[in-house]
Amino acid sequence: MFELLGIPPQALFGQLLLGLINGAFYALLSLGLAVIFGLLNVINFIHGAQYMMGAFVAWMLLNWAGIGFWPALLIAPVVVAITGIVIERLLLRRLYHLDHLYGLLLTFGIAIIIEGLFRYRFGSSGQPYDNPLPGGHNLGFMYLPNYRGLVVVASLLICFGTWFVIERTRLGSYLRAATENPTLVRAFGINVPRMITLTYGFGVGLAALAGVMAAPIYQVSPLMGSNLIIVVFAVVVIGGMGSIMGSIVAGFGLGVIEGLTKVFYPEASNTVIFVIMAIVLLIKPAGLFGTPR
Amino acid sequence: MKKGLWTSCVAALLAATPAAAQVSDDVVKLGVMNDQSGLYADITGQGSVIAARMAVEDAGGKVLGKPIEVIFADHQNKPDVGSSIANRWIDAEQVDTIVDVPTSSVGLAVQQITKTKKRIFLMSGPASSDLTGKACSPYGFHWTYDTYMLANGTGNALVKAGGDTWFFLTSDYAFGHALERDTGAAVKAAGGKVLGAVRHPLNTSDFSSFLLQAQASKAKVIGLANAGGDTINSIKQAAEFGIVSGGQRLAGLLVFVTDVHALGLKTAQGLVVTESFYWDLNDETRAFSKRFMEKSGGKPPSMVQAGVYSAVAHYLKAIKEAGTDDADKVAAKMREMKVNDFMTKDGEIRIDGRVMRNAYLFQVKKPEESKGPWDYYKLLATIKPEDAFRPLDQGDCPLVKK
Amino acid sequence: MQMTMSPTARLILAAVIALLALAAPYVIYPVFLMKALCFALFACAFNLLIGYVGLLSFGHAAYFGMAAYITAYSVKAWGWPTEIGILAGTAVAAVMGVVVGVLAIRRHGIYFAMITLALAQMVYFFCLQAKFTGGEDGIQAVPRRPLLGVLDITDNHVLYYVVLAIFVAAFAVIYRTIHSPFGQVLKAIRENETRAVSLGYRVERYKLMALTLSAALAGLAGSTKAIVFQLASLTDVQWQMSGEVVLMTLVGGMGTIFGPVVGAFVIVGMQNYLAEAGEWVLVIQGVIFVVVVLAFRRGIVGELAPRLARLVRPGAQATDTPQPARLTSDAR
Repeated sequence: MFELLGIPPQALFGQLLLGLINGAFYALLSLGLAVIFGLLNVINFIHGAQYMMGAFVAWMLLNWAGIGFWPALLIAPVVVAITGIVIERLLLRRLYHLDHLYGLLLTFGIAIIIEGLFRYRFGSSGQPYDNPLPGGHNLGFMYLPNYRGLVVVASLLICFGTWFVIERTRLGSYLRAATENPTLVRAFGINVPRMITLTYGFGVGLAALAGVMAAPIYQVSPLMGSNLIIVVFAVVVIGGMGSIMGSIVAGFGLGVIEGLTKVFYPEASNTVIFVIMAIVLLIKPAGLFGTPR
Repeated sequence: MKKGLWTSCVAALLAATPAAAQVSDDVVKLGVMNDQSGLYADITGQGSVIAARMAVEDAGGKVLGKPIEVIFADHQNKPDVGSSIANRWIDAEQVDTIVDVPTSSVGLAVQQITKTKKRIFLMSGPASSDLTGKACSPYGFHWTYDTYMLANGTGNALVKAGGDTWFFLTSDYAFGHALERDTGAAVKAAGGKVLGAVRHPLNTSDFSSFLLQAQASKAKVIGLANAGGDTINSIKQAAEFGIVSGGQRLAGLLVFVTDVHALGLKTAQGLVVTESFYWDLNDETRAFSKRFMEKSGGKPPSMVQAGVYSAVAHYLKAIKEAGTDDADKVAAKMREMKVNDFMTKDGEIRIDGRVMRNAYLFQVKKPEESKGPWDYYKLLATIKPEDAFRPLDQGDCPLVKK
Repeated sequence: MQMTMSPTARLILAAVIALLALAAPYVIYPVFLMKALCFALFACAFNLLIGYVGLLSFGHAAYFGMAAYITAYSVKAWGWPTEIGILAGTAVAAVMGVVVGVLAIRRHGIYFAMITLALAQMVYFFCLQAKFTGGEDGIQAVPRRPLLGVLDITDNHVLYYVVLAIFVAAFAVIYRTIHSPFGQVLKAIRENETRAVSLGYRVERYKLMALTLSAALAGLAGSTKAIVFQLASLTDVQWQMSGEVVLMTLVGGMGTIFGPVVGAFVIVGMQNYLAEAGEWVLVIQGVIFVVVVLAFRRGIVGELAPRLARLVRPGAQATDTPQPARLTSDAR
């Protein structure tokens, strides 16, 4: 019988696949962070709270309005994106002329407020959200719930779609140009502030989308984002801040590595990403895909 | 300083007149300290305050002719916040008794304070069996449940019900390890076998990998030696991976009825849990719960909240019997009297502070079996106190003479 | 903060503060005061980095919490004397500062913040899983052994003066550091790092020294807190704690000497007296955070000091008015 380090290869495949699925969430979240950081130079600390809001909006749609998962997949990100746009217009915008650290501090404060309010309204133990796609397939080496399969496919499509738009289309080239030289881009007749607002909304929408997709798997709770966000920060640092491709690859890759750690040395599965981050920083301070600045 | 002198004068004066009923500061003040906003707010929180107030009401609002007052505070599950509140209450606000205090870390901190400052401590919320073991106190009463009961009750009873091979999903810190160890021991003692365990870090969000390992072990029972959000997520994902429908049983070692409520029956069905109270257990619990629900907005009491009522009621009876609220005398009286109420029958209080009571093994109903809101459990077995709790001589409590 | 005040005015001010500090425990509950002092020291240590070097560390809880654990464990399990326990905690925090510095010091602005945050999270997970920390339960019932073998610190009033002495000593160290040539170099780095490099300063070494000092003092605060509360728990290593110290410093005034002290008293006082309000405390903290960042970036002391200076000596211009907390000029 074939065994790899004491684990039968079938089980290993299963774990790799699961890692990929978790990586899908990291990738979606770090992608949103990277897009926002690339254009606004703001580390969006609200990202975790916005992920949580996505899940909660889906829950509210279901329980208060009877709208199911599939429409929520579209509606919730839009709703959360709109709140994000309001935050950008009213608050974040005032800080662009200052040090970027103020953006971090502001979003940190907003994140605390949002989480506190949700905790007040919904308590901490969380709300259930039913699996819209129950059942699964036996792949021979593991039992794959249908829903998880959906998550991985959807997030791959979204990630590479975003990468394509930003790196390969005209709109994307405006965006990238605006980060380098906003004045020049404005001279071309492009409304840069609006572009920034919409980009922020898009990044926030990605976080909310991840939240909606997480709702059937994890408990919908006000605290679901606050611990995840720090892991995602590490993912972004490893991928290279602001690099779209870096955040996607690092997201999926770290998901897989974390998955393997859960098999071979489960005690370390929470720390492994931070250890990798430390190593990457020592060897390549700008991150795997980042350009040294 | 001045105040300290003054109170000690008064105390001396009062001590000199033993005939009169003595209540320090002319008020019996109960401080309910628990989690009002965090993870344990649903099982303790305002509900415990309601329960304490009910007990006071039922005692007539007065004891030995003096008024009884209930105050509360939120310890946010932080031991330092809890210990500041406890110190302030005792030093500056004349609180006689601290009640509830979920989260073992805060419970242990308050146990320490009440022990040195000689105040009664009625613990309903905290789980750690150390509270009647290494960290026991002559003033500390562990009322409702503890980790030993959860582990032993579930482990023992499930093996008897046919679940004789186990695999543990263990939260990787002291609490999880202790739960795994105790349950494992109970399983083995009852003739079962532990096939393996996987340690996951605290606050993991994804359990699929661990569940897959549990599934592959082919154990009949998967024991969840974790708590809070970890337990909820592992149960939820176990349903997703078809673990219960595949014939394996899930045993939640620290699951409360509120968790089942949060999960929904569809996800939680088939789960086996141990609790020492369930609102729908018998006529008495139903009567109490009905009164409670009128005040709580329709939520039935959790076992912790019910335990708060029971503890406060017993404490007030003891004050009446002892004719004083002096901690030493009341503590002695509390141990002397048997606890009797809707959830306790002839409950003995041991020297280490453990209240001996029945525990119950429940199984979560299928959605179609549930007849109404909060109708979640069916009784599998009743566990007698001597089977549920750790024998007195095994806890290393310094108060127990060997 | 160096207000232009007449020497007499300064002396009077100092005397008033000293008197208040000495009399305080008879008016206000001493445990609360000690807690506030520990956090004030913590915030001052943090401020040393953000206010005078321009580095935002989002992982200061790691030093604070780890030192608390070391002190609690060495005093409780190994029976070390209190003062040695505190020193051990401080020393470990300093070593951690060096390690973090080696990994992170070459990064600027946001990068530095995120890396320190991630490293601190690693420390948190370590504390969660390591055996000696007691996991969720923490280390409880740490004995208060007589200080230096003679001073009985079980009495809260006595301990208050000990904590006050520790605070004043550490504060003096910070004050001296800021006003030394070393501190001047740090400020030069904050203002314009490139220029400091071209002037021949080994910038990274200076920053590393500042980080180490800051970590050590944060550790001292944590160690002292462990003795005061007789426990060490996970709360102190969580990233929320790192956020709290940022808030204190921000509210009081970044880059001012007294700002963090004021900020710590305000926030700790709020938490203490609003404990009944439960989760609203968090929401209120968040609102304060947002308002301060948007409208009062100089913090309480930063906003008030210039006005006070004018009040004390009309017409006088404050010489070293705190900058509107200009951090590093550019994060890149």
